[in-house]
Amino acid sequence: MNGIHDLGGMHGLGPIRPEPDEPVFHEDWERRMFGLFIAAFGGGHFNVDEFRHAIERMDPAHYLESSYYEHWLSAIETLLVEKGVLAQDELAARKAELAKEAA
Amino acid sequence: MSNHRHNRPLTDVELRVKALESLLTEKQLIDPAAVDEIIETYEHKIGPRNGARVVARAWLDPDYRQRLLDHGTEAIAELGLSGVQGEDMVVVENTDQVHNLVVCTLCSCYPWPTLGLPPVWYKSAPYRSRAVSDPRGVLAEFGVEVPESTEIRVWDSNAELRYLVLPRRPAGTEGMSEDELAGLVTRDSMIGVGLPRSPNG
Repeated sequence: MNGIHDLGGMHGLGPIRPEPDEPVFHEDWERRMFGLFIAAFGGGHFNVDEFRHAIERMDPAHYLESSYYEHWLSAIETLLVEKGVLAQDELAARKAELAKEAA
Repeated sequence: MSNHRHNRPLTDVELRVKALESLLTEKQLIDPAAVDEIIETYEHKIGPRNGARVVARAWLDPDYRQRLLDHGTEAIAELGLSGVQGEDMVVVENTDQVHNLVVCTLCSCYPWPTLGLPPVWYKSAPYRSRAVSDPRGVLAEFGVEVPESTEIRVWDSNAELRYLVLPRRPAGTEGMSEDELAGLVTRDSMIGVGLPRSPNG
């Protein structure tokens, strides 16, 4: 099956924009996301094919508009909830607590 | 986990990542020390200098070069490079007839042990879409001129197979040491969107 991720040969997606001296991670959350993914993967909660498929299932417009590590975030949240490792409301509750703490 | 102060509210994405890390840590599904070490490894230890050593060795040692082209994974492993996202490697050689270009149209497959983590442009829609349909245009965008008579081969990476380009050894490098030669090898030359530096700057 194809999907928005199947970009080979598509037109109209704009110029390539290499960033000179690009850092490995642009934001701290990206750095944490990367580390989290590898650690969670090491824990055997999902395999790489499931992970890619979870990215491929993203809303197509959101896929194109969001950054790379946002794809990872979306996929991990989806998989961990689908597999019952975390609950949707747990994530929402923790997010709300952290938002309050940070304010 | 870092606890530095923010001068602005956390974004939605930042909060989601924090929530994830917080819950996974609490449930002991991840070890925060392991997370830190993973970050340290890929941010500071693994990178294109690894691949540059492979290329320099191939430039100096014709037998190694042949092993590299015949059995990429094993030859790369001879230099202690192997593992995650580099389990199956094919090395493709640039010649005066052929220029190679590597892409992953479907996602971001990239040879981590030799090149580290891929740059944003490699993982983004413009490169992924056009590398396979307009490689000459893509090369021109990167400032690489390839004669019309040179064949361009584009390799679409996948989950099972990663590619490393073996660029041509620049002229005027006779007598240079392996370290000096490695210093000329750029990350972009091992993806195929660049050429190695010349010894004259």
